[in-house]
Amino acid sequence: MDIREAHIAQQWTYSSPLLACRFAPDGQQLVSSAEDSTLQRWDLSNGEQAVLRGHESWVHAIQFTSPGEQLISGGCDGRLIWWPIADATPQPLRKLDAHAGWIRALDLHPHGQQLVSVGNDLMIRLWDVDTGEKMAEWKGHDKHIYSVAFHPQGDQLLSGDLSGTLKLWDLASKQLVRQFDAQTLHSYKSHGNQPVDFGGIRDLTLLPTAGHLLAGGLHKATNPLGAVHEPLVLRFGLDTGELLHSHHCEGIPQGMVGRLKGLPDGTAMALCSGGSGSFLLFFDHSQEKDVHRFKLPTIARDMDWHAASERVATAHYDRQLRIIPLFAKS
Amino acid sequence: MRAPYACHSGEHVTANRRRFLGSMGNMLAGGGAMAAGLGSFTRGAVATDLKARDMRIVVLNLYGGLSQLESWDPKPGTASGGPTRAIPTSVPGIHISELLPHTAQQMHHLCLLRGVNSSENDHAKGIYQILTGRRKTPAADYPQIGAVAARTLCEESAGLPGHVLVIPGGGGGRGKEAAYLGPKYASIALGGDKPPKNTVKPDIISDAAELRRHEFRRRVNQHFLARQGSAITDAYTFSYEQALQLMERRDVFDVSKEPARDVQRYGDHDFGRQCLLARRLLENGVSFVQVKHSNYDTHNDNFNFHLEQLGEFDQAFACLVEDLAQRGLLEQTLVVVLSEFGRTPKINANYGRDHWSKAWTVVMGGARVVAGAAFGATNADGTEVIDGQVDHGELFHTYLTAVGVDSSQNIVVDGREVPLADPAVGPVWKVIS
Repeated sequence: MDIREAHIAQQWTYSSPLLACRFAPDGQQLVSSAEDSTLQRWDLSNGEQAVLRGHESWVHAIQFTSPGEQLISGGCDGRLIWWPIADATPQPLRKLDAHAGWIRALDLHPHGQQLVSVGNDLMIRLWDVDTGEKMAEWKGHDKHIYSVAFHPQGDQLLSGDLSGTLKLWDLASKQLVRQFDAQTLHSYKSHGNQPVDFGGIRDLTLLPTAGHLLAGGLHKATNPLGAVHEPLVLRFGLDTGELLHSHHCEGIPQGMVGRLKGLPDGTAMALCSGGSGSFLLFFDHSQEKDVHRFKLPTIARDMDWHAASERVATAHYDRQLRIIPLFAKS
Repeated sequence: MRAPYACHSGEHVTANRRRFLGSMGNMLAGGGAMAAGLGSFTRGAVATDLKARDMRIVVLNLYGGLSQLESWDPKPGTASGGPTRAIPTSVPGIHISELLPHTAQQMHHLCLLRGVNSSENDHAKGIYQILTGRRKTPAADYPQIGAVAARTLCEESAGLPGHVLVIPGGGGGRGKEAAYLGPKYASIALGGDKPPKNTVKPDIISDAAELRRHEFRRRVNQHFLARQGSAITDAYTFSYEQALQLMERRDVFDVSKEPARDVQRYGDHDFGRQCLLARRLLENGVSFVQVKHSNYDTHNDNFNFHLEQLGEFDQAFACLVEDLAQRGLLEQTLVVVLSEFGRTPKINANYGRDHWSKAWTVVMGGARVVAGAAFGATNADGTEVIDGQVDHGELFHTYLTAVGVDSSQNIVVDGREVPLADPAVGPVWKVIS
């Protein structure tokens, strides 16, 4: 892997602007979602696609089950849908009215048996992946919950919201273990003296080897409605709650970090999009500025990373799905 | 435009505000004050009828440009629909956005005008058009609906201002929306849910001293006005007297006098309290109240902003409509929800929507507006009006007609007759009962 060798190797077109994307565990397939409220399964060897219909609204949250036989999608219709993703034309296996309002994020427990979902109803809900049964729920936040992730050890859970509140939960007791101050990622201002909440923890990720927690979003929102704000990634010590770095991104005056991934060498990769275009930004723990950036040709709405094949996927507004290896062209 | 009352203009000599009210029968017959001249303003019987009806207007101005697709005209399942779904309302067959669940239950009081085409994508020009019914030109300035309402609906002796603007922030001062009607009809701006500033007499001024001060002021004014009065000096004098009356009734502006339960019902936030204040002002006879709610200019993150803003708007607005209906005030009160324009059906790369004035929605309710109706329609993706197209001029006529004001009449300003509304168009009669 060499982040400086990033290049676009493949790109395929769908008929509607794309919203989100996730690699299948084996890296052979990828599922994206689009503004027409469908999901698309892509065969990455040839670009062949199958369209999955079942949601009544957009889908921002996609999660494969552990062996990759099923896919679970969470929509702005508040529904969770299980899909047999290997079928020729996947039809919904199970539909659950899981949240009142948008589902914003999903994550799979490291042991594979539990799914966590969060959304606009401020609730954190745990689901049995095999049966769809609700295993637990609790009110996690006072503002829309934007992001969620299990700790790799499986005993804790992290959730982040619109107001920049980032919480670490004990899974057994559902009690708050620690709260991180990520309020820098929240703004509460606007024209005309009538403030409005904006920003929030758009994504979070753990770098387990370093024991670091990263939260991404934006700051310096001088004109939230006009997308005048700058991207920001906050780096915390997971065990201490201490803010270690504020990773600024110079020269990107209209950007927001919407997705974060940890790379095997400890580098953090962020998707930054906005009026200045889209970038893959790379950060390490040694400095606040990005150590490398890769400019994408058009605005990307989501990004995923497949560790085994060392490839990045990006889902774009121009309806393109792009595959970006982080190694030199052969 | 200066109105030199001291020159014995027609307005000063022959008419007061109430006399400018035209007759409903006159409008329905297709005639009007414009054809009839000044004589039509002096029909005392009609004026008396309308006075008895005591009409009011409340405007909810969602400035920045509310997205019609996230509110009144959702297009789920289309390329322009975004993530917003449609929900049924209290009127069978009418669906609105899922972001307005409380308002949906009040739809039987409301009328959606889904065919608005105002052809103006600039903020300042757009709001000018919607509030004055005219295009903004360098050649003329026209009064906003609030000023016209203050002149046509409000008794000078009412003791409360006829034109109140409830805005975020500090408030204070008077607006410039009255144009040639004169500053007397300009708005008094209330900041948030607070009474007007400087409306408590300082303790160091005794009642006797206060009385002497005003007696002296009145005497000097009288002397001055006898020689060279004008609309401006008249307004100046009027403002003093109005301020004194307002100080007497300061409690009317104090929303903290409302029950705590209502504060919770409307929403414990600025806009909720402002809508509750609007209810309080209307109940106390204020003729025109405009409440502003901002952050709709969503070029970026349109869907998250509308989730936030309409969450506030929905609860408060639905309570206001419900309360006006339950208290028997809706028949006397025109409710209007407007913006300067709508937003683009096309969703941009930043999940935003831009300015779109070709096909959007204004909502009315109460007074003489047909209740529980949707008038006009847009095409499948919301880019064009396909039925019931109306523009800002027709809307302005409709606001006035709904409260019993003959929108086709002329008024006399500075010795000249001026149409109250754009004479090239008329009301949308199909939404008037």
